[in-house]
Amino acid sequence: MRNVRIALVVVLLLVLGACGTRSGSSGPTGGERTATLTVFAAASLRESFQELERRFEQENPGVDVLLNLGGSADLAQQISEGAPADVFASADEATMGAAIHARGSAPDHPVEPFATNALTIAVPEGNPKKISSLADLAAPGMTVVLCAPQVPCGKLARRLLSAAGVSIEAASEENDVTSVRDKVAIGEADAGLVYKSDVRAEAARLDAVDFPEASLVVNKYPIAVLREARDPAMAGRFVSMVKGPVGQEILRSHGFQTP
Amino acid sequence: MLWIPAALGLALVALPIIGLISRVDPARLPEELTSPAALDALWLSVRTSAAATGLCLLLGLPLAVCLARVPRTRLLRAVVLLPMVMPPVVGGLALLYLLGRNGLLGQWLYLGFGLRVPFTAVAVVLAQAFVALPFLVISVEGALRTLGDQYERTAATLGAPPGWTFRRVTVPLLTPALGSGLLLTFARALGEFGATIVFAGSVQGRTRTLPLEIYLRRESDVGAATALSLLLIVVALVVVLIARPRGRM
Repeated sequence: MRNVRIALVVVLLLVLGACGTRSGSSGPTGGERTATLTVFAAASLRESFQELERRFEQENPGVDVLLNLGGSADLAQQISEGAPADVFASADEATMGAAIHARGSAPDHPVEPFATNALTIAVPEGNPKKISSLADLAAPGMTVVLCAPQVPCGKLARRLLSAAGVSIEAASEENDVTSVRDKVAIGEADAGLVYKSDVRAEAARLDAVDFPEASLVVNKYPIAVLREARDPAMAGRFVSMVKGPVGQEILRSHGFQTP
Repeated sequence: MLWIPAALGLALVALPIIGLISRVDPARLPEELTSPAALDALWLSVRTSAAATGLCLLLGLPLAVCLARVPRTRLLRAVVLLPMVMPPVVGGLALLYLLGRNGLLGQWLYLGFGLRVPFTAVAVVLAQAFVALPFLVISVEGALRTLGDQYERTAATLGAPPGWTFRRVTVPLLTPALGSGLLLTFARALGEFGATIVFAGSVQGRTRTLPLEIYLRRESDVGAATALSLLLIVVALVVVLIARPRGRM
């Protein structure tokens, strides 16, 4: 009896393992894909790049775009350590600089910004604490969550806060902007400083409170074809799509601003 | 011939650590290890892990005894072991949904007493205890099953009350298992990251334990993170070496 049970568990695990989806999308057509394009992108680009991935695969049948999303600093480090990436889109120029410094960019493919992202105050839906400005975040009893100063959104937040002359004691300093957003979305924090694109992505649970100082300092998102890209021409086509009218429209629809 | 897989097993653990140590820049060690952020993180880690281990002992030992001695507790045992198989981040979310401001219990605490659990050092201890408790329970329960209950029954037939039996018979028999169990528990609590950052957040001196500090530093300064990792390894080694299990193990 016990052996039968063990066998059943093993079979179950094998079946589950076999059912696991391949990374990257196989699209509704499920057609045979012969080339892969590996794109490393900052976490804040999740929704927009997923859409770009679909569009690119539609327009380039036979190409499978593999999207690797994560904190820009993490991705830059992976690239520095040799992770295979064809394209890198990061949330700030410092992390792009680190990646290019380590691995280099492809010749004939200049590294350029393709979008900017401004910060906004994210509040739980309905704005229960009636926040209307940066200064409100410093009110006593307010639970505010920020990105840690070591990550792009945190650096930006600190610059804005000091430009506005507001000093906050954060309840938590998260490692990435998604964590900040999530804590506000579930109501654990009264407010958080996140990108405008992040509020768009969680529109059901979050409201955005814009503030005038936001346009003072923004993050520029650069995109690069890496020197060791397997097919620089194809990678270049992806980058062109991102920078072209299709990509820019998609990015704008997700809350980014375009240069 | 056993030595071949044994050596491979040792290599699997030792070589990556040696790789880590080889990347440490000795020139940076003194300033990195004595920076306020590192010291705050270290002190917080040691305090919270010790508290979490204490909590696990207080709650885990009785739990293990009950699981081992009470019949038909297989399902309960499976539940107790869940934190071991859950990704710690999911554990953190679970704690948040229970004790957060809008949580099942948390909303009572908040609305009734103005008590807020997330973002405090208490939350750190709870997160660590959550992930580490199964380790203590498994160690002790395993030993209890092996020992059997004949000693307790003998004591009972000789007229000993249950409390006395527990203190003077059961616990001394469990000392070796308890020792190694507590060690595992402390080590797990010390290394805890995912549940801590999700449930307790991360603020220097209050909730940013050493693993959180290391993970944060890697975002901007991998060298510093590597140096701090060395610190964590040294602390873990010291604990393991000091707390050698006594008895015939």
